[in-house]
Amino acid sequence: MAQATRERVTDPAQPRLGAKGWLRWTWRQLTSMRTALFLLLLLAIGAVPGSIWPQRSIDAARTADYIARHPTLGPWLDRFGFFEVYASPWFAAIYLLLLISLVGCVLPRSRQHWRAVRAAPPRAPARLARLQSHAEATIDAPADEVLHAAREVLRSKRFRVHAHDDASVSAERGHLKESGNLLFHVALVFVIVGVAVGHLFGWKGDVIVPVGQTFANTLSRYDTFSPGPWVDAEDLSPFTVHVDRLDATFEESVTGKGQFGQPRDFVAHVTTTSRPGAPAERETIRVNHPLEMKGASVFLLGNGYAPVITVRDAKGEVVYHDATPFLAQDNNYKSVGAVKVAGAQPKQLGFFGLFLPTAVITPDGGPSSVFPDAKRPALALGLYTGNLFPGGRPQSVFTLDTRELTQVKAKDGQPLRIWLEPGQTVQLPSGLGSITFDGVERFAGLSIRSDPGKLLTLVSALLALAGLVASLTIRRRRVFVRVSPAADPGRTVVSVGGLAKDDDDTLGEAVEDVLTALRHRTGTT
Amino acid sequence: MTNQLAQYANVSLYSAMAVFTLAMVGYAVYLAGLVPSRDRGPARARAGELVGVGAAGGMPAGRHTVPASGAADGATTDGVTADATTDDAAATREGGAAATGDDAVPVRARKAGGMAGSLTWLGALLLVASATLRGLSVQRWPLGNMFEFAVMGSMFTVLAYCVWSTRRDLRWLGIFVIAPVLLVLGMAITVWYTDAAELLPSLRSYWLVIHVTVATLSVAVFTLACALTAVYLTKDGLERAGRPSFMDRFPTPRVLERLAYGLHIVAFPLWTFTLIAGAIWARQAWGSYWNWDPKEVWTFVIWVVYAAYLHARATSGWSRQAASYIALAGYLCILINYGVVNVFFVGQHSYSGL
Ligand code: HEM
Repeated sequence: MAQATRERVTDPAQPRLGAKGWLRWTWRQLTSMRTALFLLLLLAIGAVPGSIWPQRSIDAARTADYIARHPTLGPWLDRFGFFEVYASPWFAAIYLLLLISLVGCVLPRSRQHWRAVRAAPPRAPARLARLQSHAEATIDAPADEVLHAAREVLRSKRFRVHAHDDASVSAERGHLKESGNLLFHVALVFVIVGVAVGHLFGWKGDVIVPVGQTFANTLSRYDTFSPGPWVDAEDLSPFTVHVDRLDATFEESVTGKGQFGQPRDFVAHVTTTSRPGAPAERETIRVNHPLEMKGASVFLLGNGYAPVITVRDAKGEVVYHDATPFLAQDNNYKSVGAVKVAGAQPKQLGFFGLFLPTAVITPDGGPSSVFPDAKRPALALGLYTGNLFPGGRPQSVFTLDTRELTQVKAKDGQPLRIWLEPGQTVQLPSGLGSITFDGVERFAGLSIRSDPGKLLTLVSALLALAGLVASLTIRRRRVFVRVSPAADPGRTVVSVGGLAKDDDDTLGEAVEDVLTALRHRTGTT
Repeated sequence: MTNQLAQYANVSLYSAMAVFTLAMVGYAVYLAGLVPSRDRGPARARAGELVGVGAAGGMPAGRHTVPASGAADGATTDGVTADATTDDAAATREGGAAATGDDAVPVRARKAGGMAGSLTWLGALLLVASATLRGLSVQRWPLGNMFEFAVMGSMFTVLAYCVWSTRRDLRWLGIFVIAPVLLVLGMAITVWYTDAAELLPSLRSYWLVIHVTVATLSVAVFTLACALTAVYLTKDGLERAGRPSFMDRFPTPRVLERLAYGLHIVAFPLWTFTLIAGAIWARQAWGSYWNWDPKEVWTFVIWVVYAAYLHARATSGWSRQAASYIALAGYLCILINYGVVNVFFVGQHSYSGL
């Protein structure tokens, strides 16, 4: 460092920096307060687009819809990552630079702080009257007694005290302010580390479990599963969850705007085992009260209806019998779904249509639901025959892939329409058999998640908060006391001066307090 | 029964608004009394200006001063610096008695100011009554939709102002607090009104009480801080332009800026807590503590902008004025968060009740 300076002094015309110099310069810029400030503002601005445009990771359907509706703007926004803001390279660049700046800033400050904490308070200035706050008095006691009292007074006020000579005392307090500030900034780094751990080692999966069925925590059982990059998805904790009952209540008494029919409470009553064969335990899962299993938490994030449907062939043999989940489309649980009868002969059967918990036929002819609870349930279905699984590709359980299916027509040549209420059976045309609507069950939409970083994030966030409060409330001060003999023997002129970091509007009072306490202690009134 | 109580809550709200309107008139009369009259105005204005320039001119106050204790310790490295004594003392004295010497204010104005203060207390109590009745009518914590946020937020803002004004003379600030509160209450009862009812299941959690209450309290303190910052920037601008105004008898710009900072450092940790509590609650309700839902995005943006304000204030080379503009930007984000995100953005937080 000194070397570099001398070189520059001897050759002022050519301030050549060289590779090392440039690096050092870049590092200084990156870790300066100005850069931190700039990056903070950039981070705030960079986060905003994610709230304006739909985000693929949150709602892929809305994102696709938006791009379809904005054929020119959409693809451009997509190219710059506006539909994936929080995973985009430019957003990552901002927070990574901030992280580097943060570490680069905290390290030297910690070193400095470490030294400052161990150093003695500095020598008292010659003229205390020039300090920020100052007070003076003459006290009826000899100088050494006054200095002794001053040390005790300052110690009792939790100052660290040191005397550099026989006529003064220096004292200092509030190093915790800087400690708190450093704790805050370091804890922020660990918040980010915790988030990263959760991202790399965490996973989540969703599954629909009709009442009466059991979910076992294995990869194949999930409807959707998204693991972090470093997760071994074949090695999940083998717990099971059996759904015994699902209670749902909806608002029926209040009829005001936006309230009637609102959901009020959902409770899933379940029986769990920590692994197959382990003793069973009865538990409940409700919104806001997840079920904690080993290695993962189980959340009740959705629910709906699974009508129990039986399909028989022409001879009356049962070819399908299951509680079949239908997916809710609106607040009144008008739900869509499909019944895929793969075992039907000679052609497979596929029913597709609506489940309506409180069914009505609207004037324009469409079936609809007017209340979310199952008050007057009905199924409105159409029928296809042919090959249900063309190419054997995976497909949604709620829709039919109609590429190799043909729609069954009624006698009048219109597509066949089936309307079923619980207990009813309808005979299908052309000897295809019959379909029976046995009754209604509910299903629980469970989301199962594992985040091994969350505890680290939480603890770091709380430490950051503690550090912040310390940093903002503690006052860093220095107080100096200087004595000199007064004109009459046995008396002493005491001068007290105070210094503060930043704004400190009670410094004056603090200095007066020290002087008052000194007088008390030496018996001067 | 439920509806009866909700009706009383609304009556209480309307009464509070009427009382605040009167209080506002009182504060306006008080401020009118501070307008410099023709004979004494210019002199006073000039005196004020001198203090103003000394305190806030160009350099960030408190940073352009001599190192504390000389060579014994690198005072510049650890940042303990000395302020110019006289400047500081003057600022403190002036801050103590706002409107420099009450005797100079006409009796009529002083009476109006005093009455406005009492009316503000009355209005605050009426708002407390309104929020309590609303809570009783729905049998839950009354923070479930935008209407209820607005009422509680206004209540905390006015209460904070009232409590603070027991410790220092804040009559000069009154109108800048009560006017926006009235505006918000007006919006609440006309645009955001929602009938009393229970909550969605995901809102039924004690974390709602903790998270939303602290958020509302924090916003209330940010509101006061924003009002002060706006007053500070206005007064500072007027003084630099040398224009006499009723603000000449407000505390000096330097004192105003410090008061605003004092409020910001109360509100910022509260907001930090809001952020953490919100994340804890999000994990319980939705399974993941952070989802980048629009409401979460804006909570984060607000936090970052105010962090930038605190940084700017501590960064040498940044003036207090520039830092104050960042604080105003932070408040703008709060307004967007409540006024725009709640209503127009699609997300999991769609509870506005509209
Ligand atoms: C994640 C980014 C950051 C956030 C959210 C953040 C937040 C904060 C906050 C809220 C304060 C106020 C506390 C106080 O005034 O005592 C503060 C102070 C401070 N920050 Fe940061 N900071 C960040 C990054 C940085 C970086 C990168 C640096 C270094 C260049 C830095 C240096 C400082 C310093 C020196 C202070 C003390 C100011 C003073 O008390 O006078 N911060 N920071």
